[in-house]
Amino acid sequence: MNWQFIENYLPLYQKAAVLTVRIGFMGIAAAILIGLVCTIVQYYKVPFLRTVVSVYIEVSRNTPLLIQLFFIYYGLPKVGIRTDADVCGVAGLAFLGGSYMAEAFRSGIEAVPNSQEESAYSLGLSKVQTMRYVVLPQAFAISVPAFMANVIFLLKETSVFSAISLMDLMFTAKDLIGLYYKTTESLFLLVVFYLLILLPVSILGSFLERRLRYAGFGT
Amino acid sequence: MPDLGLNVLLKGKNFSRLLGGLGVSLEISLISVAISIPLGIVLGILMTWKNPISRAITRCYLEFVRIMPQMVLLFIVYFGTTRAFGWNLSGELSSVIVFSVWGTAEMGDLVRGAVISIPAHQYESAEALGLTKVQTYRYIVLPQTVRRLIPLSINLITRMIKTTSLILMIGVVEVMKVAQQIIEANRMNSPNAAFGVYLTVFVLYFVACWPISLLAKYLEKRWR
Repeated sequence: MNWQFIENYLPLYQKAAVLTVRIGFMGIAAAILIGLVCTIVQYYKVPFLRTVVSVYIEVSRNTPLLIQLFFIYYGLPKVGIRTDADVCGVAGLAFLGGSYMAEAFRSGIEAVPNSQEESAYSLGLSKVQTMRYVVLPQAFAISVPAFMANVIFLLKETSVFSAISLMDLMFTAKDLIGLYYKTTESLFLLVVFYLLILLPVSILGSFLERRLRYAGFGT
Repeated sequence: MPDLGLNVLLKGKNFSRLLGGLGVSLEISLISVAISIPLGIVLGILMTWKNPISRAITRCYLEFVRIMPQMVLLFIVYFGTTRAFGWNLSGELSSVIVFSVWGTAEMGDLVRGAVISIPAHQYESAEALGLTKVQTYRYIVLPQTVRRLIPLSINLITRMIKTTSLILMIGVVEVMKVAQQIIEANRMNSPNAAFGVYLTVFVLYFVACWPISLLAKYLEKRWR
């Protein structure tokens, strides 16, 4: 292990880690939005849109992110839709994550017993109020474990961004291996940085899960 | 309507080459699943033991493998271990190793979830009837967990197929690599081929995974 090398190239990894986290969280935020929209459409059984959403969910869940990115980044420009790598990364992650988030939210809403909704209606709450005060708070608590699992999954998936030449952690490591043949050091830094990004999220996830189980949700 | 590369695929053996590439991906994922299901069952059962040492080891293994992106694991095995230990691994072999290690962890976690969902009185009654530990697992625990596990392990197959798309990055010639070769070879006469060819790969992956997920969903619903 050559510590001098590690010290020299640490800044490069820091920059890459910032990029990974930035694109990761932008993608996840977009995925949450898409997931929410899909869930609402499915919950209220909006005609036509409902079919679109279920087709989207099936397509996005049954294809790998790498292939989606290749299609967006190299395929779409041929029909005139040009995106730069950053946007493409976020779009790919959002496209993939949207369906996973939608599934997490949907399972949360489905887990709220029907009687809750019926009671709310019989108490005279409107549709919006029922959603806002009765269904969503419970559904949210139930879907937190699945939600956190998705966040970790999506952050892990950012590692394929190197394929569309985004300078993320993976790209940096590959570059350094190619340039200096310092495989052990480059991979060591790579693992350390991924742990730095993912461990806190994972710990937060298990903490939340324990709290919610304690509160009686999601057992 | 500009040429979008769909006719490139119809030329010569291009399409069957693409399917051959998909075959490589599917083969690697199926071999890895076949290895990781039995190992995962063993791991999952080990994880439910109260022994603190086996618990700590399996826990560390599971956490590390599940938290690292699979691509990092691929790089560690393909570039890291070959350099560190001086051996020679083909891309295919390293991907089978990585996906088996990853699949074992995933499967182990599924098995653990299924095993701990079996109420304690089942174990106690088995013990009271004088069954040994092995017999308890063989006749009481496994039959009950299998039903829960089959849809989940079928899902693992689709996840495995999707994850094996990463082997492109360590130089295995699979469907995406073949697609790139086809696009490169036809750069001159069909410059827009990337759209059609990548779209085809996209559809191929969907066609490979969708029926499997439908089956998993169906079984899950039926056996509930």
